[in-house]
Amino acid sequence: MDITRRRLLVLLPAAAVAWKYVQAGTPEAAPNYKIAEHWWGMLIDIPKCIGCGSCVRACSEENDVPDGYFRPWIERYHVADWKIERPHVDSPDGGKEGFPPTEEIGGKNFFVPKLCNHCEDSPCTQVCPVGATFVSPDGVVLVDKNYCLGCRYCVQACPYGCRFINPKTNTAEKCSLCYHRITKGLTTACCEVCPTGARQLADLKNPKDPIHEFLKTHTVQVLKPHMATGAKVFYNGMDGSVR
Amino acid sequence: MQIPVEGFMYPNEVELQWSVLIVLYPFITGLVAGAFILASLERVFRVEAVKPTYRLALLTALAFLLVAPLPLQLHLGHPERSLEMYLTPHRSSAMAMFGFVYLWYLMAVLLLEIWLDYRRDIVLKSQSSTGITRLFYRFLTFGSSNISERSLRIDDRLGYTITLIGIPSAFMLHGYVGFIFGSVKANPWWSSPLMPIVFIFSAMVSGIAAVMLLYMLSTRLRKKEIDMRCVDKIAQYLMYTFIIDFSLEMLDLIQRIYEADESFRSLDFMVHTRLWTSQVIVQILLGTVTPIALLALTQLLNFNEVIRRRIYAIAGCLTVVGIFAMRWNVVIGGQLFSKSFLGYTTYKMSFATREGLLPAIVLMLLPFAFLWVLVKLLPPWPDARTASASGTAPAHGTT
Repeated sequence: MDITRRRLLVLLPAAAVAWKYVQAGTPEAAPNYKIAEHWWGMLIDIPKCIGCGSCVRACSEENDVPDGYFRPWIERYHVADWKIERPHVDSPDGGKEGFPPTEEIGGKNFFVPKLCNHCEDSPCTQVCPVGATFVSPDGVVLVDKNYCLGCRYCVQACPYGCRFINPKTNTAEKCSLCYHRITKGLTTACCEVCPTGARQLADLKNPKDPIHEFLKTHTVQVLKPHMATGAKVFYNGMDGSVR
Repeated sequence: MQIPVEGFMYPNEVELQWSVLIVLYPFITGLVAGAFILASLERVFRVEAVKPTYRLALLTALAFLLVAPLPLQLHLGHPERSLEMYLTPHRSSAMAMFGFVYLWYLMAVLLLEIWLDYRRDIVLKSQSSTGITRLFYRFLTFGSSNISERSLRIDDRLGYTITLIGIPSAFMLHGYVGFIFGSVKANPWWSSPLMPIVFIFSAMVSGIAAVMLLYMLSTRLRKKEIDMRCVDKIAQYLMYTFIIDFSLEMLDLIQRIYEADESFRSLDFMVHTRLWTSQVIVQILLGTVTPIALLALTQLLNFNEVIRRRIYAIAGCLTVVGIFAMRWNVVIGGQLFSKSFLGYTTYKMSFATREGLLPAIVLMLLPFAFLWVLVKLLPPWPDARTASASGTAPAHGTT
């Protein structure tokens, strides 16, 4: 087909518009990163968490999370004897600066680190009216802030309270599993700084990842399994009171 | 601004996501669907008694439908991107369908039906008026000025067909709004297969009550006689629909109480504290039980016209308030408790902000301004119809 100058003038703006949409769906370009060879999740080892808040602070700095909003956060549980349906939970400032001494006596106390569960069948991506939030081919739930309408339906649909509206961008935001880092062979900021290894990034498609051995030898759970979201954040040693 | 929290909320849950504007959205679409269904009573089900309200109901539906997307638009973080819902809709999203359902209802049902019903009047006005008015009505004829007997018969048949399509469309419009809430499995206050059907019936209730009130008010303002046969019939339909609506809501409530699943204790506490006034007092007692009882009284006892009119006015007002409270309790109530079921937050409504009380009041008044303009342009009164029929225009039209 001959491309005349006139035809080119017509085609160029159309191509520019099309390119915008191509770019919107393009994952972080990283050399040597083969997107189809990964399937990301995380392992949380509850008995190892000391509630220091390093993960929350590191994420806040790494991802410029606005004050008062949380990508990861830590909850402190106190379960009195047999009352597992009525635990006492607190999370002052998302556990960012650690926790004050507990006043609860008796029963048991423990910390539960939380983050987006990067669900395989995520209810948040299902409801997005324009597909601005999506599951990437390597299993990370991401938000395209240049496309998000800010309708907040995804925030309502998340059963775990992981999403919020960033007041600076007026778009939905959540843990991106530090996608800009993991696609370059690094671990997430929260895993990087965790002093006890309570958070471990897991590549479920990599047969050499230690997660497989861990899952074989430990009793692990996901949060709210009845929601059937295909959550990929696995919790070791999780008490029945955790929700 | 510090938001008071009781118990434990997930840290990102403290701030409410959907404000009073999102309360207006189902309330307004409900009025649209309800008003249309009342209009269809005359057209499809041949309930002759409600004929005086037919055109008013259609114009009311249109006035409210024009405002329906505004609260959503105002609420969006990026309103300038809202057209993306049409350009690149996400097919698995209930919300993505809003634009299409809305456009279908506006363009294919309501505007077409109103135009067909008014076409004869528009043609006559375009012939009898002068100047800009003439130009305006000529434009509204869209080049179709044939008002011969045969042509009007075709209009009527077409209008009937559109109303037939319009009834399921009205159900779809509001049932779909119910589905937006009912399909959120993360939220037990919303997640219910009954939600769309409850929304449909509550829409009919609010729409019927609103048109009844508007008819009574407009007739009084025009210093005309209220057609009691018409109002009695509407009140009767209002009561029947309300009883079905209330039964469905009670069915949902009884099911929740009896099942008492993991969310029950949390929701029960919420209803007894934060929602006590808006749900138990305003929605159930004042907004549902009282109007049903008042309407039932008019069926059981022989009141004179004056008393009946007063009862209908009080029952109608309470009904509209009750349905608004229902929308409030669904939208706001559904965000007051934590998805951990361990705590509660508070809704602090601001005043003159983008999602505050002031824009909500303006948005609620706007449909009435639209209705006023529509009524001026296209008078819906039965006497206006007669007047235009005996006008100066020729009985036969031109093509």
